Amino acid sequence: MKKFDGKAIFLDRNDINTDEIIPAKYLTEVTKAALKPYLLEDLKLEGFSTEQLADRNAVITKENFGCGSSREHAPWALEVNDINIVIAASFARIFRQNMYNCGMLAVELPEENIDELFRTFGGSGCSVKTDLENQKIKFISGNTELEYEFNISGFNKDLVKAGGWVEYADTRY
Amino acid sequence: MGKTIAEKIFEAHIVDRPVPETAVINLDAVFCHEITTPAAILDLKARGKKGVFDPSKIKAVIDHVTPAKDSKTATQGLILRNWAKEEGIKDFFDIGRNGVCHAIFPEKGFARPGYTIIMGDSHTCTHGAFGAFAAGVGTTDLEVGILKGVCSFQLPGTIKINITGKPASGVYSKDIILSIIKMLGVNGATDRVIEFTGEVVDAMTMEERMTLCNMAIEAGGTSGICYPDRITAEYLWDFIKDDYESVDEAVEDFRKWISDSDAEYVREISFDVSELEPVATFGYKPDQVKTIRELEGTEINQVYIGSCTNGRIEDLREAAKVLRGKKIADSVRGIVSPATPDIFKAALKEGIIDVFMEAGFCVTNPTCGACLGMSNGVLAEGEVCASTTNRNFNGRMGKGGMVHLMSPASAAAASLTGVITNSPLYTGRE
Ligand code: SF4
Repeated sequence: MKKFDGKAIFLDRNDINTDEIIPAKYLTEVTKAALKPYLLEDLKLEGFSTEQLADRNAVITKENFGCGSSREHAPWALEVNDINIVIAASFARIFRQNMYNCGMLAVELPEENIDELFRTFGGSGCSVKTDLENQKIKFISGNTELEYEFNISGFNKDLVKAGGWVEYADTRY
Repeated sequence: MGKTIAEKIFEAHIVDRPVPETAVINLDAVFCHEITTPAAILDLKARGKKGVFDPSKIKAVIDHVTPAKDSKTATQGLILRNWAKEEGIKDFFDIGRNGVCHAIFPEKGFARPGYTIIMGDSHTCTHGAFGAFAAGVGTTDLEVGILKGVCSFQLPGTIKINITGKPASGVYSKDIILSIIKMLGVNGATDRVIEFTGEVVDAMTMEERMTLCNMAIEAGGTSGICYPDRITAEYLWDFIKDDYESVDEAVEDFRKWISDSDAEYVREISFDVSELEPVATFGYKPDQVKTIRELEGTEINQVYIGSCTNGRIEDLREAAKVLRGKKIADSVRGIVSPATPDIFKAALKEGIIDVFMEAGFCVTNPTCGACLGMSNGVLAEGEVCASTTNRNFNGRMGKGGMVHLMSPASAAAASLTGVITNSPLYTGRE
């Protein structure tokens, strides 16, 4: 199973789409590794620059993350940057399924939890600790700690544990 | 309790229910293009997996960048081409015979009522126009689809949109769907099927229904869907005439793919189009929609008419009505891309290509081209395009460019004046 812990980056916007996560002009790459330098290249967001991604392992964001194109290059671009988990108020369907299909984790939290996270850690940043088995996720910075439970269907959990949909489907269908 | 069309299709295709909210369904068709399929092919090879679940149910096309623009896109084409050959995939459309996936596959009769269809492309929802459940998926879902012929879906609830009234002349399917997306918002239909029904849809051609369903994903929808009827049967007749004695019989059979009157919906909306005006998007989200009147005077540099949304023959006809005998503004670059070779041929025969060329348009081969900013009409920083495509995201048609989505008639009108303007075909409400 992949790692779902580490330092988070906060992206304070709704509807961040897959063209922003990885622009179409890089879809000519056939290896995942080649996508690494281009993650979030087209994201226009105050205070954000792609250099900040260097030491991050998680994304915390708002509503409808990953909308638009079906390109799995979006989760791949995250993965090759060592980001295996995205925490958001909601996701677009295809992106969310692509995450589970790649053995990555899309964690949906209620809007008030996301707001609380932005209020508490938005400025300073925080690190994330995930307990997939018990469906709990912890956000920590200094002495401040917030913990939430999250929902994930037994099926998607199995995909994440199996390492993805190909592994899961191969043994069953 | 009755069932919706999506529920009926799911029920007929279920293979597994790993958890109550998720179904694994078998697939009637898996569509492939050269951008998202090569990674799946390479991964299958790396895993030592040969073979596909059924070569006759896999359809493949090179459409996004064609002819190839560089070594990388040539390689993507090569991977798809070689794989189609190795796996005995007969329905593979290479250059000269290729067109935009969501235009050429329906034209070949590959989308049918009651079908389940996936493709590594978000606008796969287009094929729901035929009464199919058709969903865009990522490369991993595509890979499993190719290998095993199955795909998993969270069971989607349905939003029913009953479209009523009489649209004014010059108001098109594109104006209707943009207005619906404005109402729903970009995530208003996430994990939902959008069922388009009502007198307006009943009267629509298949082309118009495809424009409608094409943009369901822009509201987050899993699939758009229309009920199959006589118009569907007539469109498909050449491909189904061995299965049915008559069109009537096909229509009768298709009735099994119509929602029951007591079906349960997540949401039911009545949408009256009588008052609708031509609209266009502003900003970088497809739910940012204003009337053309409100946007009037916005300067544009390029006009693009084409794509899986509005590159079909009826679209070219409407644009040609506006352009006939006129010249585009000096400040404008006009590009038209008929979405398939058959559409191109029909446009030639009808004199539509002449109209475009006389007006000063560049006519390209069938391709996605400028729609996703990979070739054939990329915008420079700060440039603006009036486009008949479906996505206006930041950077979509080139970094720093702005795209205003609109109908072909509105785009043609903008090409003549160099600014966003209502087409002469819109004569206002009666
Ligand atoms: S025309 Fe545009 S939206 Fe349609 S399949 Fe091609 S790139 Fe995608």
